[in-house]
Amino acid sequence: MPFLNPSLQNLTLADLPQVLLAQVVEVEGGCDICERLKELGFTPGTEVRFERQAPFGGPLILTLRGYQLALRPEEARRVKIKSISSLGDIG
Amino acid sequence: MSQELHLALVGSPNAGKTTLFNALTGLSAKTGNFPGVTVDRRRGFLQVGDSKITLSDLPGSYSLHAISEDEAVTSKVLKGEMDGGKQPDGIVFVADATTLERSLPMLADVLQIGRPTLLVLTMIDELKARGGDLDLFKLQSALGIPIVGVVGNKGLGINDLRSKLTEANKWAIAQNVPPGDTHSRFRWADELLKKVTRHPLSESQLTRRIDRVLLHPVLGLIVFAAFLAVFFQAIFSWAAPAMDFFSGWMDITADWVIETLPAGMMTNLLADGIIRGVGAVIVFVPQIALLFGIIFMFEASGYMARAAFVIDRVMGWAGLEGRCFISLLSSYACAVPGIMATRSIPSPRDRLATILVAPFATCSARLPVYALLISAFIPSTTVWGPFTYQGLTLMGLYLLGGISAVLFAGIFKRGILKGASLPFYLELPPYRFPSFRSVAIQVFRRVKVFLKDAGSVILAGSVVLWFLLNFPQHHSPDDFTPAQAHRAQIEQSYAADLGHAMEPVFGPLGFDWRVNVGLIGSFAARELMVSTLAEVYAYEEIDGEFPGLGAILTTPDPETGEPPMTFASGIALLLFFVYALLCLSTVAVAKRETGGWKWPIFMISYMGAIAWVAAFIGYTLAS
Repeated sequence: MPFLNPSLQNLTLADLPQVLLAQVVEVEGGCDICERLKELGFTPGTEVRFERQAPFGGPLILTLRGYQLALRPEEARRVKIKSISSLGDIG
Repeated sequence: MSQELHLALVGSPNAGKTTLFNALTGLSAKTGNFPGVTVDRRRGFLQVGDSKITLSDLPGSYSLHAISEDEAVTSKVLKGEMDGGKQPDGIVFVADATTLERSLPMLADVLQIGRPTLLVLTMIDELKARGGDLDLFKLQSALGIPIVGVVGNKGLGINDLRSKLTEANKWAIAQNVPPGDTHSRFRWADELLKKVTRHPLSESQLTRRIDRVLLHPVLGLIVFAAFLAVFFQAIFSWAAPAMDFFSGWMDITADWVIETLPAGMMTNLLADGIIRGVGAVIVFVPQIALLFGIIFMFEASGYMARAAFVIDRVMGWAGLEGRCFISLLSSYACAVPGIMATRSIPSPRDRLATILVAPFATCSARLPVYALLISAFIPSTTVWGPFTYQGLTLMGLYLLGGISAVLFAGIFKRGILKGASLPFYLELPPYRFPSFRSVAIQVFRRVKVFLKDAGSVILAGSVVLWFLLNFPQHHSPDDFTPAQAHRAQIEQSYAADLGHAMEPVFGPLGFDWRVNVGLIGSFAARELMVSTLAEVYAYEEIDGEFPGLGAILTTPDPETGEPPMTFASGIALLLFFVYALLCLSTVAVAKRETGGWKWPIFMISYMGAIAWVAAFIGYTLAS
């Protein structure tokens, strides 16, 4: 059963390495890149799964809508998420 | 009924659009620019029955709400805001059948334009292999437009598609398109897919398994290093036999012309100006073909996106993004294709920064010059194990070029090119087997552009150089030996005048007027430095034998008692070549790609200044 951990508030995609599996809440508004993030599929309710992150705070790779995308943490912070899994949920 | 149709090919990156375009149009494609912007305009032609079809390959895009120059082109062409307001007769929308969740919302965008549209689903085989099953009839009736499924890299479904293309006038214009914002378009796509999916596809296990190695923090870097090693090995060693073959063949042709045709100015011009000029261009073709062959192969297989991911952190320090690395890598063969490759960088600022530093990458035209100077001035003593001073110097020069490129890109991005940058996002497509045919067609296209762009400049430069060296003509007394006559000719040529005029600038670096003449030669193309110097010193025959340029440069001149160059001026010249923009073709392509003279002039100036300072420091320290 997916559950929402109340201790994990105000999460963004940049926190995905900790939560592993999440749902998009919303993308910040008002800039070119934010619109593009929506067009890449980060629409409310979309499931996003963490794959891996490059060392030293490099870009992270995630899976959404059946494809893999690399994003830098700066951009990932624009997407608000909520956790739908706890650690160890991913096989 | 004969007809002419103009169709536009649209789709997201990685949808298999390029492979499809190549499969449909083969070698017929023409590459140009859209008016006013430096975005590739590729048009291919195909004849199906009585129909003459022009297919425009529009830049890959995730959306019609453009945030980059090339996306803007796609959107404008479709909406008829380009080409004098003429909209394409039909739109061919290419979508990867395995990522419809992401591409259908863009199709919704395209359908709103209200032109006849055909949906081409690629990677149908992969969809099935991964257990997916779509009800294409249902999808077709839900969308209200025709659908064709293909496997581009295996050529399946292409004939079907070809005949469908001729019916563009009959393609339906979709009704009931969801209007409005991104969110509702995605919801529309999700609901549609739910209806037509008989069985959802599973993830590509192969890709996951390969990525576990290639994207591993440590193993990934090792693979990346191995990739670079193979890359350099290929462009330097594997291309060498072909390059030697071409240059040998050019020498034979030039000699044959001199022996066969009546002696005189025209024969000389043909042999030394034109044939050697053509040779200086053609000699790079094997290398450039190999370079692009490797790049396109890795690109189509999916590795390039991974390499960009692995190197993104390093490029990030320079204020660039992972994709810029591919351009810099290409520049190690030649800056001309390297600068052309910047077109895939979405951010204009990143793209410009990459163009500004691309010539620092040690292109192959520098190699003959480095080889000459290193063999003349650096001892071949072994330092340790397999390492000699000569080898280490060469390696050092390569590293110096790369480090300088990254360093200056960082400086520019923090200085003159400061500002909000585009987001970095990079799709990592599943690993796929590249289509050799498609790769070969792309390579052919690049080589053609190189020959046209660099070829015309280098050939013209070589002819001008020939005039500078041979005019005004010197009429030597009859008792001069050919060597003496040659020396007299060179010493009072226009080239010598120029070389003397350059002395105040290059004197502090230890270059005499003859070296300056060599530098003039290198403006046409760097490697012409070597043949120009050979021409200048051609009189230095000892008992009828030419002792080799390296030996001449270090042997004292009988007239002045001093060697033409010293260790210190040799070092200075090496450093000068690391930094100076001695390449008219690069200047020409930079002008075209930046849309004016401002940036090329900036490049010549700042690189020249750095080159002079570096050479001066080197000369002073080594003296």
